[in-house]
Amino acid sequence: MSRHRELGLTDREYELIVELLGREPNGVELAVFSLMWSEHCGYKHSRKLLRTLPTEGRAVVMGPGENAGAVAVGDGSQVCAFKVESHNHPSAVEPFQGAATGVGGILRDVFAIGARPIAVLDSLRFGEIAGSARSRYLLEHAVAGIGHYGNSIGVATVGGEIYFEPAYEQNCLVNAMALGMISRDKLIRSAAAGVGNVLVLFGARTGRDGIGGASVLASAELGEADADKRPTVQIGDPFAENKLMHCSLELLDRGLLVALQDLGAAGITSSASEMASKGEVGLDIDVRKVPLREAGMAAFEIMISESQERMLCVVEPSKVDDVLAVCARWELDGTAIGEVTDSRRLRVFDDGELVGDLPVTALVDECPVYDLDPAPPAEPLYPAGERLLGERTGAAETLLALLASANIASRRWAFEQYDCLVGSRTTRRPEQADAAVLLIEPKGGAEGARAAIAVSIDGNGRRVACDPYRGAVEAVLECAANLACVGAAPLGLTNCLNFGNPEKPHIAWQLTEAVRGLGDACRALDVPVVGGNVSLYNEGAEGPIYPTPVVGIVGELPDAAVTATSGFARDGDAIALVAAEGWAPSLTGSELAKLRGAAPAGELPQADIGQVGALHARVRDAVRTGAIRTAHDVAEGGVAVALAEMCLLGDHGAQVDLLRHDEAALFGEGPGAFLLAGDEAALRDFGTVIGTVGGDLLAISDLLAIPVEDLRDAHEQGLPSLLA
Amino acid sequence: MTRVRVLIRPKAGILDPAGQAVERALPVLGFEAARNVHVGRLVELDVEDPSRVAEMCERLLANPLIEDYEIVDPAAATGA
Amino acid sequence: MRYGVVRFPGTCDDTDALLAAEQLGEAALLWHTDHDLRGIDAIIVPGGFSYGDYLRVGAIARFSPIMQEVERFAARGGLVLGICNGFQILCEAGLLPGALLPNVSLRFVCRQVELEVQRSQAKWLRGARPGDRLSVPAKHTTGRYWAPDPVLDELEAAGQVVLRYAAGHNLNGSARDIAGVCNHAGNVVGLMPHPEHAVDVLTGSTDGLKVLAAA
Repeated sequence: MSRHRELGLTDREYELIVELLGREPNGVELAVFSLMWSEHCGYKHSRKLLRTLPTEGRAVVMGPGENAGAVAVGDGSQVCAFKVESHNHPSAVEPFQGAATGVGGILRDVFAIGARPIAVLDSLRFGEIAGSARSRYLLEHAVAGIGHYGNSIGVATVGGEIYFEPAYEQNCLVNAMALGMISRDKLIRSAAAGVGNVLVLFGARTGRDGIGGASVLASAELGEADADKRPTVQIGDPFAENKLMHCSLELLDRGLLVALQDLGAAGITSSASEMASKGEVGLDIDVRKVPLREAGMAAFEIMISESQERMLCVVEPSKVDDVLAVCARWELDGTAIGEVTDSRRLRVFDDGELVGDLPVTALVDECPVYDLDPAPPAEPLYPAGERLLGERTGAAETLLALLASANIASRRWAFEQYDCLVGSRTTRRPEQADAAVLLIEPKGGAEGARAAIAVSIDGNGRRVACDPYRGAVEAVLECAANLACVGAAPLGLTNCLNFGNPEKPHIAWQLTEAVRGLGDACRALDVPVVGGNVSLYNEGAEGPIYPTPVVGIVGELPDAAVTATSGFARDGDAIALVAAEGWAPSLTGSELAKLRGAAPAGELPQADIGQVGALHARVRDAVRTGAIRTAHDVAEGGVAVALAEMCLLGDHGAQVDLLRHDEAALFGEGPGAFLLAGDEAALRDFGTVIGTVGGDLLAISDLLAIPVEDLRDAHEQGLPSLLA
Repeated sequence: MTRVRVLIRPKAGILDPAGQAVERALPVLGFEAARNVHVGRLVELDVEDPSRVAEMCERLLANPLIEDYEIVDPAAATGA
Repeated sequence: MRYGVVRFPGTCDDTDALLAAEQLGEAALLWHTDHDLRGIDAIIVPGGFSYGDYLRVGAIARFSPIMQEVERFAARGGLVLGICNGFQILCEAGLLPGALLPNVSLRFVCRQVELEVQRSQAKWLRGARPGDRLSVPAKHTTGRYWAPDPVLDELEAAGQVVLRYAAGHNLNGSARDIAGVCNHAGNVVGLMPHPEHAVDVLTGSTDGLKVLAAA
C-alpha cells in the first residue's frame, strides 16, 4: 500500500503533486499535501457548488473566504462576525472533547478577525436515544462538552437545536456557530504581508493532538476500527482559550499585528499555507522553534499537529518584542517561528535544515476540484422508522404524544447546562423567543432604543431526505421565520452542509439539489451567504445520514424592548393565524408521520418563496410596532403543537377555533405560517383572528381541551424520561 | 528526585454525589453492588524533599475543611 | 462609591460586574498581579473559572498578589463581595466560613432563582430589606454551600447567613438553603447567584442592584 493512499490521496492526486513539484515529494511534503488536499481542507467536491451561492448584500463587510463572515449592524460602525463549523467525525469518536474543541475552533475563527465573541449556538443530531445507549452517551457528552468549553471561556451559549433520527446513529452531527462584535475599522484579515515580517506562533504548546485528524477523520467513512482513531482526537483547554482570546484582542487593539490566523484543522500547515496564499507571498518556518509539549516530535508532526488554542500572526520586526510581552502577560507561549518571503513557497526548516519546499499555489489554489456526478437514487435510501403512535389516535392524545416526542420536547435539560448570560447582552434566553436576542451595547440603564442582534440556527434532515431542493429551501425559510418572530431583519447567513459520500451519485444529487435550494431561498429573501463549512463522508456501513444543510442567520432589530416572546403574554390577547398565500400544510415528512413509522419520503409542499418572504417582512414590521406580544412560527408538529407551546411557555391557556379539523390542519407542516397574539385591532388587519388568550386550558374547537399543566408536563418530561 | 502521589478524597460525612453516581452505575453494568464508593483526585509530583509534601497538601493540594488527603508512601509506590 | 473588580486569568463575569457597578458609582479593573488597590471603596471578586477551576475551584486564585491586598483590605473593614467563583475564592482564602462543593446534580445549571433576604450583619445589600424576595440568575457547577453543622448554627446565631434560596429554588443542594454568607463583621459577603446579571430590565430583573448597593 503506497504511502500516499494511506494518507488519503488518490493515485491521480499523487501524480498531480509530482507534476506540480517537478519531483517526488518527501515525507514532510507528502504529509502537508495529504492535509491541504483533504476534503476537509480542500473542499474538493463542494467548491464548485458553493460558488453558485449568493454572497453579495448591502450589509456584507466580509464574505466567504476569510476566517469568518461579517455584516454591518446598527449605524454601520459596528460589525457582527459569524460562522458555523462542523466537528462531526471527532465527536462520534470522543463526544465531549469533539464538541468542546468544535466550540473552541469556531470561537477562534471569530476572534481571528478581531471580533470579540459574544455568543455560541449549536446544532446537534444523534440517533434515537430511546433505543440506543450509544446515542444517549453521545448526546450527554456532547452537551457536557459544549457547556464545559463555552462556560469556561466565558461566551454565552444562547441557542441551538437537537434532533434525533435513526440516520444519525452511526454518524452524529455537531455543528457549532459563533458570533462576535467589532468596530468596522478594526477588522483584520489573514493575508500575510510584508517581506521580512516575522511569523509568530502564540498560545498553547504543540503536542501530538489530532495528528492526521483532518485527513484521517473528516475524509473517511467511519467503520469498526474507530477505537484506534481515538488517540488522534484533540483535547481542548478553555482556560487556555480564554487567555488566547484576551491576548489576541489586546494585540489587535494595540495595532501590533499585520495579519492573524487561527490554527484549526491541519494546524500550522493549513494556517501558514492560507496566509501565504492570500497574501501572495512565501513563508519560511523553522519547526524547531515551535514550543513543544512532547519530546522527540518529527518535523512533519509539528507541521500537522492539531493541538488546540494556538494562533499565527504576522508582525513587523520592530513590534515583535511588544507582541511577545503581551503574550507573556497573558501567560501564553509566544515565539517567532518564521518569516514572510517573496518566494511564493512554503519552506519548512528543522533547526536550519531545509526539510520541505512547496509552492504555495500548489497547496491551496491548485488543489483539485472535482465535478460531482449527480443522479437521483434508484431506490429509497432510508428505511422507515419505529412506529410509536397508532394510526387512529384522537387529537388530544396525538398532541400530547408530539409534545413529549424526542424532536419536540423541551430542551431545557440541555440548555440549562449552558451559561446564556455572560456578557450581559442576552435579552431573550432559550425558550423565551423563537430566536436569541442580544444587545449590541450591553450597558444597563441606558436610555432610548437599544439596538439588538437576533440569531437562530436551523437545520433539516428528514424533510431534505424527502426532497433535497424543497427541504433545503425550508431550512432557510424556517431560520428566517424565527428572526421575523422577534422583529429582526436578516442580514447574512452561514451554512454547514452535512452530507454522505459525494463520490456516490445519489449523494452528489442530494448535495447539488440542496445547494440549489439554499441558493434560491437566499436570493429570494435577499440574504447573502457570508461563509460556512462542508462536512462530507458522513456515512457508515448502515448507510448515509439524511442530507442535512444547517443554516445560521444573523439579523438586527432597532429596539430590544420592542420584541415578541414565543409564549402567550397576556390574558385577553387576540390570537391570529397568518399564512402566506399557498400555504399548504401536509403530513408528508412531518413529526407525526415519523411517530407513525413513516419513512422519509413523499412530496413536500411547494413554497412560494417570494410570498413567504413578504409575510416574514409583515410579521417583522408588526412585531416592531409593539402591538404583537407573541409570535411563533408554525413548524414541527404544525398549528396544534405551536399553540400548545405558546400556552406552556407563557403559562396562559387559550381558546381557538380552527376552520379545518383534519390532521393536516392540526399537525401538518410546511413553511409560511405564523401564530401571533396581541392587540385585537392590530391582528384583525393582519389575518384571521382565531381565538383569545385566557384560562388555564388549551381548547381547539371541539377537538381538544387540555390543561396547560398537562401540556407542560408532557413537554418538560419528554427528554428527561428518554434519558432516564 | 522522588515521585510522590497524593490521593485526595471527600471527607467522610460530606455528600459525595460523584461517588453515589458511580455506585449506582456499577450494578447497572452487571457488576455486583460495590459499596462506599468515593470519587476524589490524584496529584503526582516529582520532589526533592518528600517531607514537605504534607505541607503542600495542607496549604494548596487539599482543602482540609472538606477533604482528606493521603500521601502514598514513595517506597511502596516504587515497589509496584 | 468606587468599585474595584478583580480579574484573574479565566475570570468571565468581570466585565458584567464592571457594567453593573458603573450604574451605582465608578468602577475599575484590578489585575491579579497588582498590589495597588487604587483607592477603591469596595471590591468585587467576580464569577468565572479562574485558573480553569484547576485543582479546586478558587484554590489557585486565592494565592495571587491581589488577594493579599484584598485580605488586608478586608481586615481593615473594607467592603468585599465575592460572586460565584469569587465566593469560592473567598472561602478558600479563609475570609468566609465554609466551602462550595459540586452541585448535587453534578452538572452546570444556569437558571433564574428566587432568593430571600435574611436579617444579617451584611454591609452589602443596602437596597434590600430582610424578607425581600429577589430574582437573580445562578449559573455554576460547584455551588453547594457546606460547613459543619456547629459552624452553621453559629452563622445563623451571629447573623452571618445573608441570603437563602426560596422554597423550591435550591438548585444545588446547599446546606440549609444558604445562598450567601458574610463574615462576622459583615464587610465581606459571598453569594453564588449573580447580582451583576440582574441590573437591566431588558436582560432580566434589576434586583441585583439592591445586592450591589453597599454601606
